[in-house]
Amino acid sequence: MILKYMITTGMILGAFAIVGTSLVAVTNSGTQERIAEAKRQALAETLHALIPPERHDNDLATDTIDITAPEFLGSKKPVRVYRARKTGLPIAALFATIAPDGYSGEIKLLVAVNADGSIAGVRVLAHRETPGLGDFIEESKSDWIKGFDGKSLFNPVEKHWKVRKDGGVFDHTTGATITPRAIVKAVYNTLSYFRQHQSEIFNGPAAATPEATPHG
Amino acid sequence: MANQHYIGIAQDGLWKNNLIFVQMLGLCPLLAVSNTAINGLGLGLATLLVLTCSNVTVSLIRNLVRPEVRVSVFVVVIASFVTAIDLAMNAFLFELHHILGIFIPLIVTNCGIIGRAEAFASKHNVAESLVDGIMMGSGFLIALVVLGAVRELIGMGTIFSQAHLMFGEGAHWLTLHVIEDYRGFLLAILPPGAFICLGFLVALKNLLDQRKAQRVNKPAVEPIPAAE
Repeated sequence: MILKYMITTGMILGAFAIVGTSLVAVTNSGTQERIAEAKRQALAETLHALIPPERHDNDLATDTIDITAPEFLGSKKPVRVYRARKTGLPIAALFATIAPDGYSGEIKLLVAVNADGSIAGVRVLAHRETPGLGDFIEESKSDWIKGFDGKSLFNPVEKHWKVRKDGGVFDHTTGATITPRAIVKAVYNTLSYFRQHQSEIFNGPAAATPEATPHG
Repeated sequence: MANQHYIGIAQDGLWKNNLIFVQMLGLCPLLAVSNTAINGLGLGLATLLVLTCSNVTVSLIRNLVRPEVRVSVFVVVIASFVTAIDLAMNAFLFELHHILGIFIPLIVTNCGIIGRAEAFASKHNVAESLVDGIMMGSGFLIALVVLGAVRELIGMGTIFSQAHLMFGEGAHWLTLHVIEDYRGFLLAILPPGAFICLGFLVALKNLLDQRKAQRVNKPAVEPIPAAE
C-alpha cells in the first residue's frame, strides 16, 4: 500500500520534471540561434570600435589565434588574438589581453595593435574596479582609455610608459593610480609581445574552435 | 463582492503586504541590482513574469500534487520558468541580460516566489492566484524601480540611464540628468547604500501608514491603541 503511494508520488514528481525540462528544451531551441547571433554581433561591435570595417576585409571573429604568454598577456591560459587583414596583408592584431594586477583583480582588455606597431585603440571589456573611482577606464565613463590611441613602443619611450605619478605620460585620477598603472603595464607588454612575434601572430594557423567572446 | 475580494488581493500585493517593504523577501537580488532604475526594472519585470507564471501553474496543479513532494514540484516549476525567461532575455535583451548576469538565474532562489506558491497559489483558485502573482510581482517591481531610482539619483545624479539597453536606441531621451555635473556619491551605488536606502524607504512607508491610520482614527473620541 505505502509502496504504491510512494511510486505514484514519485511518478508525479517525475512527470513534472519531464514537463519542465521540455519547456526549457523548447525555449532553448527557439532562442539559441538568436543568442549566438547576439553574441556574434556584440563581438563584432567591440572589434569594429577599434578596427572599423573598412580597414579590413576578412572575418575578424573567425580569423583568430590563441597565444599563451603569461608574462606578456597577463594570463596563464591562452589569450585570443583577432587578426585583421586586407587583401591578405596584415592590418592589425586585436589582443584580448588581461591586466592581472588591477585594484580588484583582473581587468580584461582588448588591445588593437596596427601592423606598424602603433596602437589602434584599447578598450576595457570587463573589470571589477570600484564604481565611481576606478571605472573611468570604461570608454562610456571617460576618454582616458583613448589616450593610448597612436602610441607605440617608442612613442613615448619606455621610461615614460607609466602613469604621471611614476614619471610617465599617462594621466590618472587622484585616488586611483593602481588601476591605470595596471592597464598601462598590460598595454606596454602587449606591444612588446607584438614586436617580438609579429610574423607568428599573423602567419600562425587559425584557432580551431573560435568562441564567441574574447574571454570565453 | 467578488470585485472587493480582488481589490483586496491587489492592495495586499502592492502595498499592505508588499514582498519587499513588508515581507522583506527576496532582498538578495533587490540589493544587488538596484543600483540603477533600469536594472531594477529589468529584474523586476523578469520576476513579475516568473511569479505570475508560477502562481498560475501551481494553482492549476494544486489538487494533483501530493503534500510530500509539493515543494520539489514548486521548485521544478519555478526553475523551468526562470530558465526559459533567462534564455529569452539573453536572446532579446542581450546587453541588459549581460548586466543583470547571474541575478536572472538566481530568481529561482527568490524566496518571495516559492513563498507565494506555498502560502497563496496552492490554496486558491487560478484567477485569484493570477491576480496575486501580478500584484505581488508588481509590488516587487515597484520596490526595485523606486530603490534603483533613489540610488541612481543620489549616486550618479541621473534617472533611467542606459534606458536604451531595455527599450532600444530610441529611448535615450528617457535618461534624465537631474543634476548636471554631479560628482557622484559612491556610497549609494555600493551595497551598503542599498541597505541604507531600503531602510529609509521602509521607514517612509511605515510613516505613511501611520499617518493614514491616525487620520482614520481621528473621528473617534479616543485613539484606539493598536492591538497587534
